[in-house]
Amino acid sequence: MSEANQPDPADPNEQITTDPSRPAQRMRAGSMTLTLMPWIVGAIALAVMPAIFQSNSAITIMNQMWITVVFALSYNMLLGQGGMLSFGHAVYAGVGGFASMHIMNMTDFFSALPLPVLPVFGGLFGMGLAMIVGSFSTRNAGTVFAMISLGVGELIAASSVIIVAFFGGEEGVSGDRTYAQPFFGNEFLQQIDVYYLTSFWVLLSAALMYLWSRTPVGRMANAVRDNPERAEFLGYSARWVRFYSFVASGFFAGVAGGLFAINYEILTEENLNTASSGVILLVTFLGGVGFFFGPIIGAIAFTLLQTVLSLQTELWAFYVGALFLATVMFFPGGLAGLIMMHVPAFRLGKAGLLVVPYIKTLVPAAIGTLGLCALLEMTFHVRHAATGDNEMTLFWMTFDSHAILPWIIAIAITVIGLGITRVTAPALKQVWNEANSAGGAS
Amino acid sequence: MSVPALELTGLKKSFGKAEIIRGIDLSIGKSERHAVIGPNGAGKSTLFNLITARFPASAGTVKLHGEDLAGLQPYQINRKGLSRSFQITNIFPAMTVFENVRCALLWAQGYKYSFWHLVNRKRDLTEGAEAILEQINLSERRNLPAGMLSYAEQRALEIGITIAGGADVVMLDEPTAGMSHSETDYITDLIMKVTQGKTLIMVEHDMGVVFGLADRISVLVYGEIIATGKPADVRADPRVQEAYLGAALEAEH
Repeated sequence: MSEANQPDPADPNEQITTDPSRPAQRMRAGSMTLTLMPWIVGAIALAVMPAIFQSNSAITIMNQMWITVVFALSYNMLLGQGGMLSFGHAVYAGVGGFASMHIMNMTDFFSALPLPVLPVFGGLFGMGLAMIVGSFSTRNAGTVFAMISLGVGELIAASSVIIVAFFGGEEGVSGDRTYAQPFFGNEFLQQIDVYYLTSFWVLLSAALMYLWSRTPVGRMANAVRDNPERAEFLGYSARWVRFYSFVASGFFAGVAGGLFAINYEILTEENLNTASSGVILLVTFLGGVGFFFGPIIGAIAFTLLQTVLSLQTELWAFYVGALFLATVMFFPGGLAGLIMMHVPAFRLGKAGLLVVPYIKTLVPAAIGTLGLCALLEMTFHVRHAATGDNEMTLFWMTFDSHAILPWIIAIAITVIGLGITRVTAPALKQVWNEANSAGGAS
Repeated sequence: MSVPALELTGLKKSFGKAEIIRGIDLSIGKSERHAVIGPNGAGKSTLFNLITARFPASAGTVKLHGEDLAGLQPYQINRKGLSRSFQITNIFPAMTVFENVRCALLWAQGYKYSFWHLVNRKRDLTEGAEAILEQINLSERRNLPAGMLSYAEQRALEIGITIAGGADVVMLDEPTAGMSHSETDYITDLIMKVTQGKTLIMVEHDMGVVFGLADRISVLVYGEIIATGKPADVRADPRVQEAYLGAALEAEH
């Protein structure tokens, strides 16, 4: 009996769901160079960045970014790959960071330790804590796991004011990284030295986490995420698969904590509280949990918003929240999903079709959104600026926020921008469908 | 006959006061193809779930190759060489067809919870999975997400996953449920092919499949086995005709 007389499930849209990042296809494409390419590009980018952005603040931002990358990737080992929604992941990074801080303060030991090795200790402490917590939290995924993670997160955050010896109470624990044994003569006095240390670790951690996802236990993490029962009937205990993912994730979170300790030389309760755990969930989801590189994009985008946007506006957190909400509602695949959904169109050679409709829709949408932001900023200014301070600067224009004309202009821009978007969106949708269908144009 | 592949003694299961399985004794020999039939609600799927420890039994024992399975988890039972499929398709829908099969090979090939092997580098895994895909005629669907397959293909994939680990006792729960005639023939041929030399226990409604495949048949009615034997004997048994086959035959006319 052949397949010929079976209903053919292959509809014209099937390419959309064919995931190009799947290892099976990657393997078919075959060559090592293709697999190594992103890593080489990444390494070069890491090395070149400080030459482009030379200021100290830029380097600090980049350090922050790479630490967030490690942290978000470790979080995605749970959320994206293992299907475990954790509300307390900052705890593992925090404990790893505090442990690193204490090692920094152990003068004798630290003076014999090259600084680049320190994150390993952060990792080991994060891993140790993950082993303890994971021993009871990984029995279930889903709500039970989420609740336990939240409880443990709160518990340890609360401990930070109780166990002062370890967490340093309210002022935290600080130290001095330069007491480490010089590493090939380098004492890490400069931000740029720390940058290269951080870059080394982000590359190493990302590579190890990627390789983890290609091992039997990493593959089974996906299987357990999708269908724990079936996995059990394949000989794997869902619980132990989760446990191993959890412990590995704790290790890399601890590494991120160690890098944080090296960068900032201080850790406080803020590093492990629930707010930090919430931020890393947001970062990871924003980047996209469905792809390995998603959290990397998320970490970069979020850090930029956090640092650059926060210099421009006090409302930055509001915009980030709105962006997160929009991601959850409209693009659950996150930024990575948004990028990857264009792959089929490129494969079919029809991506070019999308350019003009995109311009027609996205440019007005962007202008309309900026108009909306302007309205928000003006409202904020009217309500919160000191009395008599009527002058505000927005998009390089200075005007009187209490006058009627700027309001009319902002409202008009918003309405017209979003209105055009609404009109052109159906055409874009049509072109989108066409660009993603094999065969001739309809 | 040597030690039976699967031996049930006094197996019982009640949910609250409702007794679903009311004392089952059954012995299935090595390399036997055994079908469990019975009307809806007779407890066939429950019986499967008891054997594979999806539910705990209220009383009685299950022995696999003479070894008592009491207290073992599903994954431990699976490691002892018993594998099953489900009445409702139970695959990894988001993963590719190839990955579905490869995951089914991991434990059997001894990789356990390894994080020091890279699955893509393992020839034995790739070739093993491809051989299974060949057997279940899904090689061309290799890189599609399993959820995209047609219903019959998903069922075939599930059979592939079930046998991939090399289990010598294979349990299939209604492998042809909801299929057209041609699909049923296709799956029946497939089952014949992949269970060669293995012990097969299947729940099935389609009498054509049952009488075509099974060496022996057990008839389960209200939680009890009222007859076990060769297809011809079971068909001739008046109690079976009364309880089940008669009704089924009438329904067909």
